[in-house]
Amino acid sequence: MIKFNKKRSSRSLPPVSTASLPDIVFILLFFFMTITVMKNQNLLVENTLPTATETEKLDKKDRIIEIYVGKPTNDGNANLGEEPRIQMDNKFITVDEVGDYALQALTLMPEHLRRVATVSIKADVGVKMGIIEDLKNKLRKVNLLKINYTTNEGAVLDNL
Amino acid sequence: MKNHRVPQEVNAGSMADIAFLLLIFFLVTTSIENDAGLNRLMPPDNNEAIADIKERNLFEISINDTDQIMANGDIIELSSLRKNVIAFIDNGGLLVQSEEYCDYCKGERLADLSEHPSKAIVSIKSQNNTSYPVYVAVQNEVIGAYNALRNRESLRLFNTTYEAINYDYYNDGITNTQKEKLKERLEIIRVLYPQKILEPQTVNN
Repeated sequence: MIKFNKKRSSRSLPPVSTASLPDIVFILLFFFMTITVMKNQNLLVENTLPTATETEKLDKKDRIIEIYVGKPTNDGNANLGEEPRIQMDNKFITVDEVGDYALQALTLMPEHLRRVATVSIKADVGVKMGIIEDLKNKLRKVNLLKINYTTNEGAVLDNL
Repeated sequence: MKNHRVPQEVNAGSMADIAFLLLIFFLVTTSIENDAGLNRLMPPDNNEAIADIKERNLFEISINDTDQIMANGDIIELSSLRKNVIAFIDNGGLLVQSEEYCDYCKGERLADLSEHPSKAIVSIKSQNNTSYPVYVAVQNEVIGAYNALRNRESLRLFNTTYEAINYDYYNDGITNTQKEKLKERLEIIRVLYPQKILEPQTVNN
């Protein structure tokens, strides 16, 4: 026993093997690759979503029409103003154009999905209801009636 | 002689660095998209007159420009809204003798609240300067009230919550016969507590 101990202490500690480090990192990498979705739109407006508790998961991506509403983020140009704007397809549009753009997005969908298309309204917490109501009316005009107020998960009292 | 040599091992030391670079690239470029929200179905755009609704069957929620919430004539806090909506829907105020008496309702059966859950209508009004988060919160509370009632009935009838059935129904890994059964159950509960939420046009008087 004594002899054994003596022998151990005389040797220096073996180095920790780092051979499995790449594997660990690759697992992490694949994890992130699978759970994240590439942003397909460049956000031009501020977009902090309100919170809600009774949320339902949105349908698959291929039947969703996204509309962003919010104050423009002034990336270096202050002439966009402070009023909330509507963003679809990577550009600002006016309320009157919402119907046209929504229909255009609808025609890009495969035919069997058009009936179940949902409009996801991603509005910023700083937005007032006036613009949202206008938006909803325009969507009703083009018969897109399924809407989704997209929210984050969280207590509603945070909204006040 | 050459063939007997052990082939030289490739140095894998920098593999970790490469993987780390990739990992950091994905961390920076991607964002976790939130894909959940409150689903609503808007009424079609036509100007048909709505059938007469008795005043007791309508629960009016209005949110004004300063985000105060008024429900059936009283200014209330958001936190007590859900309780009030549940009391309204679940009231079941018809007399026991009447044909449409709601035998599954557990409400107080008051004379000034709804007659039957299938007749109860919740209306949410907002004004131009109402802030959007408050509106979403009110929508959330109303949907929450319906979900609470549906869960209760679902637990009583099928021993699982409505949300669980709904979740399973939209799950891909189930057979068609299971799906049929779940659909049947959803329908039964939706008939007991149909969601009737009106969103009238904003009118500025």
